[in-house]
Amino acid sequence: MESWRKNKLAFSVLVLPPTAWLVIFFTVPLLIMWVYSFAERGPQGQIYLAVNFANYARAIEWIHLGIIWKSVWVAAISTAITFAVGFPLAMGIAFAPTRWKNLLLLLVILPFWTNLLIRTYAWIAVLRTRGFLNFGLEWLHDEFSAFFALIGLPDVMGEFQALELLYNQKAVVIGLVYVYLPFLVLPIYATLEKLNKSYLEASLDLGAGHWRTLFSVTMPLAMPGVVSGCLLAFILSMGTFLTPALLGGTDSEMIGNLIARQFSSSRDWPFGSALSFLLLYLTFIILWVRASMASRKRGPI
Amino acid sequence: MVDNTIISIRDVVKRFGSSVLAVNNVSLDIKQGEFFALLGPSGCGKTTLLRILAGFETPSEGQVLIDGDDMERVEPNKRPVNMVFQSYAVFPHMTVRQNVAYGLRVVGTPKPEIDQRVQESLSLVQLEELADRKPDELSGGQRQRVALARALVKHPKVLLLDEPLSALDAKLREQMQIELVHLQQTVGITFVIVTHDQNEALSMADRVAVMNGGNVLQVASPTELYEYPNCRFVADFIGKMNLFDGQVVGVKEGQVVVRADAITAHIGDISVPFGDEARGKVGIAIRPEKVKLDGEEPKDMPIRVRAKVVEVVYYGNESHVFLQSTSGAKITANIKNTSRNTHAGIVKGDQLWVSWCPQDTLVLTS
Repeated sequence: MESWRKNKLAFSVLVLPPTAWLVIFFTVPLLIMWVYSFAERGPQGQIYLAVNFANYARAIEWIHLGIIWKSVWVAAISTAITFAVGFPLAMGIAFAPTRWKNLLLLLVILPFWTNLLIRTYAWIAVLRTRGFLNFGLEWLHDEFSAFFALIGLPDVMGEFQALELLYNQKAVVIGLVYVYLPFLVLPIYATLEKLNKSYLEASLDLGAGHWRTLFSVTMPLAMPGVVSGCLLAFILSMGTFLTPALLGGTDSEMIGNLIARQFSSSRDWPFGSALSFLLLYLTFIILWVRASMASRKRGPI
Repeated sequence: MVDNTIISIRDVVKRFGSSVLAVNNVSLDIKQGEFFALLGPSGCGKTTLLRILAGFETPSEGQVLIDGDDMERVEPNKRPVNMVFQSYAVFPHMTVRQNVAYGLRVVGTPKPEIDQRVQESLSLVQLEELADRKPDELSGGQRQRVALARALVKHPKVLLLDEPLSALDAKLREQMQIELVHLQQTVGITFVIVTHDQNEALSMADRVAVMNGGNVLQVASPTELYEYPNCRFVADFIGKMNLFDGQVVGVKEGQVVVRADAITAHIGDISVPFGDEARGKVGIAIRPEKVKLDGEEPKDMPIRVRAKVVEVVYYGNESHVFLQSTSGAKITANIKNTSRNTHAGIVKGDQLWVSWCPQDTLVLTS
């Protein structure tokens, strides 16, 4: 590693192209957006460069703070649900027999090979009033009704009422859990996979049951992966825009949608930039808190 | 020491998949208070057998009794045994004290009793001063003590040790060997240790089971194992051995008459004390340190071979002299360097007489 770094030519050949790419296509546009965030919007949506904080001030007005707060809230809830689903899944894959592991990992990654838009529309087909889930429930309802009618209790089930599953906050959470599950599963899987299984055997050997081992040994030792996975799911959920736009109702707007609207229909790039950077600052604060927490107590792995 | 059986392994077979036979029909009795070693090369099934005792593997066939109780379907956390893992598996997110207390806490031992037993256990392995450290602040030897304390605090009926010294450097390993023996004598708990290191097994154990290819070949005390190995594998695996192919040509009360072309060409057939039946092909064996080297032919020695020194390797306290007999057989002789006259002045190319006593000679029928 050291000698490789010392070879200036090899080092620059390998490092320069990606650096240049990042600077030209990422850092510079980001800087432009940052400059815009202090600019003023003209009457036709023009951008007048300036140095004022009006956009930021507007971003923290109550109406926008409400949306930001709701985004944080929705992201937190969906991250919690994703963790509840994802941790057992990651554990299942990590402790599965070797020959199953790759297949199971593939199944987790598989959705990435399909366009997110199509997958989200598929959820609409599942969740809408005349969707697959309601069809399934109705079928169950009919079966039970027939059964009760057979044993002499007609009308006990009543009329089937289709559930309102789509275009509300619940649909957004379901969609977010679905989309960001792999982002949470993979880091947790990676830590569990590296985990020396002797720790778990030692715990059992010392008299702990499987649940005790899970909470006292497996979880604490998988913490680095858990934190990475949850942060990833949280940050991505918070900035999401497609899921609430398609699955959410009128009250489900998240900060991502607000930003998207500034750049499209509102034609207010300066305000959109300010909102974007607010989201970015929020993300940085979360990452900084995590980093300082990790350095304060030396992680177990 | 009460002379009763604490572990009884009966006809245990362990297969992995359809093709791998890890343990092949092993029966063993381990006595209460014994320091028992499972010795063998890697892949011989010794670790699998230990894991069967701990409950991490289920035998495909056979039965394991611990203190008279059948261990079938008894989970690892319900067994009266504890294990010291090869990697020690000291929990990195807990302090030394928390590690040791863990096994008591999970079974709901009252707090004052935990404190007292943890203290006892830590003082047993001399770790009291490091009790509040995290494992990553400890050396390998100290981590191993934590693993020992953590297992012993449970007062198990049997302590299982999986290659406990393999991760330590040579000096520390020797010291820990002695400490482990002391510890075992202090606590009086049966120790079952798995090792691939014959020195470890010989120096620590009361009895040793030598395993190869899933089979137990010999169970004996260290001296018996070294002086009376029952087969070629044990003879060769424990210490060093000069081995020659031979043929039984006759039997007379307590002795067998053998012909081994490599050594008997000059002196004719030799008689070796041997109790059992022996017929056909056998192995003739002699330990390198039981061999004498002379310049003149030792006429009084019944077994003597003329050989040329091929190589002399100096080890400080002793030297190993590699010789080749006139018939082409390879013989090794270990000589003690009891004076500064290094390896008795023997140098490469010397023509010498190699000789040894019939009663030191081993006849190996398998």
